[in-house]
Amino acid sequence: MRDGEPLILWDWTFSHIPDIWHRVLEHLELTAIAVGLGFVLAFGLSLLIRRVPALYSPVTWVTGVLYAIPSLALFALLIPFTGLSIVTAEIGLVSYTLLILVRNIVGGLRSVPPDVREAAVGMGYSQWQLLWRVELPLALAVIIAGLRVAVVTTVGLVTVTALIGQGGLGALIIQGIQQFFATPLVIGAGLSIALAILLDGALVLIQRQVTPWTRRAV
Amino acid sequence: MTNATVEFRHVSKKYGPQGAVVDLSLLVPAGDICVLVGPSGCGKTTSLKMVNRLVEPSSGQVLIDGQDVMTVEVTALRRRIGYVIQQTGLFPHQTVADNIATVPRLLGWPKPKIRARVEELIDLIGLDSARVRDRYPAQLSGGERQRVGVARAMAAEPPVMLMDEPFGAVDPIVRERLQNEFLRLHRTLGTTVLFVTHDIDEAIKMGSRVAVMQQGGHLAQYAPPTELLLHPANDFVARFVGTDRGLKRLSLLTVADVKLEPGVVARVGEPARAAWTRALEAGTNYVLLLDRNDQPQGWMKVEQLTTEETLTADNVDASSPLVHFETTLRDALSMLLTSAVQTAVVVDERGRYVAVLTLETMGEAFRSDEATAKAGRTALAAEPVP
Repeated sequence: MRDGEPLILWDWTFSHIPDIWHRVLEHLELTAIAVGLGFVLAFGLSLLIRRVPALYSPVTWVTGVLYAIPSLALFALLIPFTGLSIVTAEIGLVSYTLLILVRNIVGGLRSVPPDVREAAVGMGYSQWQLLWRVELPLALAVIIAGLRVAVVTTVGLVTVTALIGQGGLGALIIQGIQQFFATPLVIGAGLSIALAILLDGALVLIQRQVTPWTRRAV
Repeated sequence: MTNATVEFRHVSKKYGPQGAVVDLSLLVPAGDICVLVGPSGCGKTTSLKMVNRLVEPSSGQVLIDGQDVMTVEVTALRRRIGYVIQQTGLFPHQTVADNIATVPRLLGWPKPKIRARVEELIDLIGLDSARVRDRYPAQLSGGERQRVGVARAMAAEPPVMLMDEPFGAVDPIVRERLQNEFLRLHRTLGTTVLFVTHDIDEAIKMGSRVAVMQQGGHLAQYAPPTELLLHPANDFVARFVGTDRGLKRLSLLTVADVKLEPGVVARVGEPARAAWTRALEAGTNYVLLLDRNDQPQGWMKVEQLTTEETLTADNVDASSPLVHFETTLRDALSMLLTSAVQTAVVVDERGRYVAVLTLETMGEAFRSDEATAKAGRTALAAEPVP
């Protein structure tokens, strides 16, 4: 940073609004793809675990190991295979959502009280009806809690993917670092935090809407 | 739908989740309430769950109206059998109305029919539909939840209902009310009911037949409650029904079973002399004073009647217990023993005098019930074993 330069130069900011907006959209897109794919994968794995409970330990072990790999190292490892591409970025991002999502989906399904499940089966629900009409609705609160954690961590991680050329708000941060120029750095980081808080808040609202029974309980 | 018989034919379950069952054979006639009772681990719940195939027998057959349940598609079978459990198993994420509509929806009833049936059931279980239909189970009291559980099980008019300790999780006062309500409901519906409990008093109260099971999954005795109390089949049953068998039988009889006698009564405003004459003719020392609406005011001694005045309710002994036709003889006896006057007054639902109840007339009813049960027992023994 040059001496005497303020943290944010508003002239620069206003002249770059279309640019910044473009980065925000890129960031949202990367996050949405990661959490979306991660959720689909985690949901499939959870249904598998519901049928074969013995799979729970190996699945959480593998996803736990993936979660433990530092993101930079993971991207470096993948570049020889998938290059500096969105595929590389998303493989990493999706991997990081799996542990949280599988744990919460399985935990949510398992939190259904046994008497509720027994009543449903005893009254003639098929396994499929039990899942869709009883287990999933009751698991919703826990599943959305998992989604919130996954979304917030993914928004943060997406900034790292700028290093492999995927844009997003991370690109602004890198620009700031490379040019010793504080404004894009601060704006990139600030917007990334704001985005995380905003998406988290949206999920809280959605959760309240879709689980009215928890809201109105006395 | 008509009611069905339920029959266990040499049913065994080696390792049931709630105890094993060994060679169980019993027939529940259509429309009866059969109570399976016994200590924990006696296989009563395992037996119950073999009817709707939550547990499948190791050997033997369970038949509903003569059809082996193992030959019926399992979800279709379960949708025809009402199921009530202790913790209610109500769906926390659905309103009362949606909970009750569960089986009709599974069966694909048209919406207007479901809506009408839900209203009818909420009314039948004595709740206010406008107040409860859109509430979630967590917003109801324990007793209300149990009622909704029963309504949900009855929704599609199943010919058979299974009830696993349905009133076990509520306090004794609520339990008694729920028991009475269910008996009243059952009288109008006449569904065949299998009812599991560990409480012998509940078994005797609810059952038209009681199956006493003992540890290891053996059926110790299967008989109507009176028979069980009069003639326990073995030491286990005798111990299980308890030493107060006579008192328990009293709770099976009500004031309506007693051949009631009219007492000597007098009315407020009547000349005392006239009442005195009637008391002397009847050879009694006490006269029951009624007001102009036939409501009892209390007892007067004959000595109080030797005046020339008209009767007033000023100097009566009002300590006599009041009983109704549906009061059990056990409760009536308890009231008589604790009151100063050894005669109870029977009143109708509007509190008007009907007759008097004494220890003597209660004793007669008790003995004639025993004679009837003996006659019934001989008839039962003559029935061919299925």
